[in-house]
Amino acid sequence: MKTTILVRIATQSILKNKMRAALTMLGIIIGVAAVIVMVAVGFGARSRIRAQINNLGTNMIVITPGAAQAAGVSQGAQAFPNLSLDDVQKIRDEAQVVTAVTPVIVSRAQVIGEAGNWRTMINGVDTDYQVIRDWQTSSGAFFAPEDVTSMRKVAVLGKTVADQLFPGTDPVGQEVQIRNVPFDVVGVLAPKGQTASGSDSDDVVLIPHTTMKAVLSGRSFLPQILASTASEGDVPAAQDEIRVLLRESRRLGENDPDDFTVRNQNDLAEAAEGSTKVMTLLLAAIASISLLVGGIGIMNIMLVSVTERTREIGIRLAIGARGSDVLTQFLVESIVMGVLGGLIGLALGIIGSKLLGHFTGWETVISPVLMLVAVMFSGAVGVFFGYYPARKAAALHPIEALRYE
Amino acid sequence: MTNVIHTESLTKTYVSGTNEVHALRGVDLTIGRGELVAIMGTSGSGKSTLMNLLGCLDSPTAGSYELDGVRVDGLGKNELAAIRNQKLGFVFQGFNLLPRTTALENVELPLLYDRSGKKVDPRALATAALQRVGLAERLDHQPSELSGGQQQRVAIARALVTSPALVLADEPTGNLDTRTTIEVMALFQELNEEGVTIVIVTHEPEVAAYAKRVVEMRDGRIVRDEPVRNRRDAARDLETADERSAA
Repeated sequence: MKTTILVRIATQSILKNKMRAALTMLGIIIGVAAVIVMVAVGFGARSRIRAQINNLGTNMIVITPGAAQAAGVSQGAQAFPNLSLDDVQKIRDEAQVVTAVTPVIVSRAQVIGEAGNWRTMINGVDTDYQVIRDWQTSSGAFFAPEDVTSMRKVAVLGKTVADQLFPGTDPVGQEVQIRNVPFDVVGVLAPKGQTASGSDSDDVVLIPHTTMKAVLSGRSFLPQILASTASEGDVPAAQDEIRVLLRESRRLGENDPDDFTVRNQNDLAEAAEGSTKVMTLLLAAIASISLLVGGIGIMNIMLVSVTERTREIGIRLAIGARGSDVLTQFLVESIVMGVLGGLIGLALGIIGSKLLGHFTGWETVISPVLMLVAVMFSGAVGVFFGYYPARKAAALHPIEALRYE
Repeated sequence: MTNVIHTESLTKTYVSGTNEVHALRGVDLTIGRGELVAIMGTSGSGKSTLMNLLGCLDSPTAGSYELDGVRVDGLGKNELAAIRNQKLGFVFQGFNLLPRTTALENVELPLLYDRSGKKVDPRALATAALQRVGLAERLDHQPSELSGGQQQRVAIARALVTSPALVLADEPTGNLDTRTTIEVMALFQELNEEGVTIVIVTHEPEVAAYAKRVVEMRDGRIVRDEPVRNRRDAARDLETADERSAA
C-alpha cells in the first residue's frame, strides 16, 4: 500500500473520533508545550547572561591576584595582594598582542552632588579602561592621559550616579565630592544595564587610578588588572603572554604554580551559563516526564482502539490486507497523532513563551533545532507507544476478528 | 480450466487441549465457472469451516484445494491475503461495512490493498460496482444512513469491485426480512446471469431454493449434492409479492 493512502486512512480514522483523538493528543500537546516553554525560558536566561558578559567587552582579559599557596594550603583567589602598578607597566611595555591595559582600584564611598548624596563604587582606572570596556560617554568625555599622570581630581559618572546626583541636569562641568574631596565631572557614561550577576553596572564613578591612590585609598596593591586585545582571536595568545610576563616578574620557578589568575570573557560566560544549563536541563527533564505520560496515553487509547475495531481489522484482513498493512495502519495512526499533538504543542509552546515573556519581562529564546526535535520526538513517542498495540492488531486471525462482537 | 473450486478430501481438525474436533472429514467438491451454489447444513455440520477454507481465511489440515487454477493449501499468510484480495469477494451476514465511512470508500477498500497494480482508478471501479447493485444515488451515504438491504448491496458491490473469480456469501440474508431477502437473492441471480460464480452458505431452504445447485453438509461431510429442482426466480417472486400487496 502506498504511504499516502496509509496516511489518508489514518487521518480519516482520527477524524472519525475527534474527541478521543484530542484527548489522546492532550498529553503530548501539554508535554511538548511544557518542554518548549521551559527550554525557551532557560535559553533566554543564558542568552541574557551571554549578552551581559559581552557587554563588558568581548576581548577583555581579567587578571586577579591569588591562587597563592601557603605551605600547600590554597588561599583562593585574591588572597594575596600581589598585583602592582609595575605589573601593569610591564604588560603595557612588553606584551605584543595586548593593546590596552589598566589597573582597577575599587572602593566604596559616599558621593555628594548637587541634589544629594549616593553611596557607590569608585573605580580608579587608566584611560585604557574606556577602550577595554568599550564604554562610550553620553555627555562630556573620558578623562585624558594627562589627567592620570598629573593626578587631577576629575570624575566620570555612571548613568545611575548621574541621575541620582544631578536629576534632569547635565553634570558635566559641575562638581561632586568624594569622601569630602571635590572632583570635577568631565563626562557621563552611556548606560550598560545589569551585569551578569544582576548588579547595576551604571552605578559607578570612574576616576584616575593615580588620584585614587593619592587621595582616597593610599594602598599600593591592585585587586584587578584589565587588558584587551585588538581582536577576539588574539585573546588566548595575550593570556599566555601575560602569564609569562607575570611569572617572570615574580621569579616563579618552573614548578611553582601561578599566584595570579588570568581569565577571559568566555571563562566567565561559561561559569555563569553553567548554572542556568543545569536549571534548563532540570526543567526539560520535568517536562519530558509529561511527554512520557502523553505517550502512555497514546498507547492506552490505541489498545482500546484495537479492541474496539477488531471487526474492522477482520474486514480488512478478509478483503486482502496483510498483517503488515494492519500494523502499518495502526502505527501510522499513532505517529500521526504524535506528530499532530507535537505540532499543536509546539504552537501552544511558542504562544506560551511569548506570553510568559510579555508578562514577566523574561527573555525567551525558541531555537529552531528544539522545535524540530520536539516534533520529531513526539513522532517517535507515537512509534514507540503505538508499536505494541499495532502488533496486537496485526496478529489477529481474520476469522476470529470477524466473529468478534 | 473451467473449475473455480476443486477440493480433494479436504480435512480440518481443530485441536483443543487433548480433544480433537473433526470439523471436516474429507470434502470433495468441484464448482465450475458460472455456478450459483448453496451450501446448506445445520450448525456444527461443518459448513462454516468449509466456507472459511474456501475463502482462504484458514488452512486445511489435509487435502488439496485449488482455487481458480491455483493450489491454495499450504500457502503462507501473506499469499493467502493476496489470493483473498485478487480472487475472492466476501459478503457477510452482518454486512461488515466500516462504520462512519461512505459507501464509495467501503467499496474502494479492497482496491487499496491491491498489489497487482492493475486497478488504476479505484474511485471509478467502486462507482461502477455501486451502480451495478443499484446504489448509484447513495455513493456518499454512510452505513448508518442506509437500510439493511442497501447495506448488503454495498457489501456485494465491495465483493464485486475486484472482479473476483468467486463471490462467497456467508448467510447473506440472515439479518434481513423476507422482502429484502428476495431482493438480495434477485441481485445474486442477476449477477450470476452475468457470469459471476457465487457460493452462498445458508441454513434456510427458502434461500437455497434460488440457487442452481445445493450442497448439503452433515458431520463434516457432503451428504447431498444435486441441482435444484423447481428453482425459484427471485425477480418473479418480487412481482408476485408486489401484486399481492397491491391487491
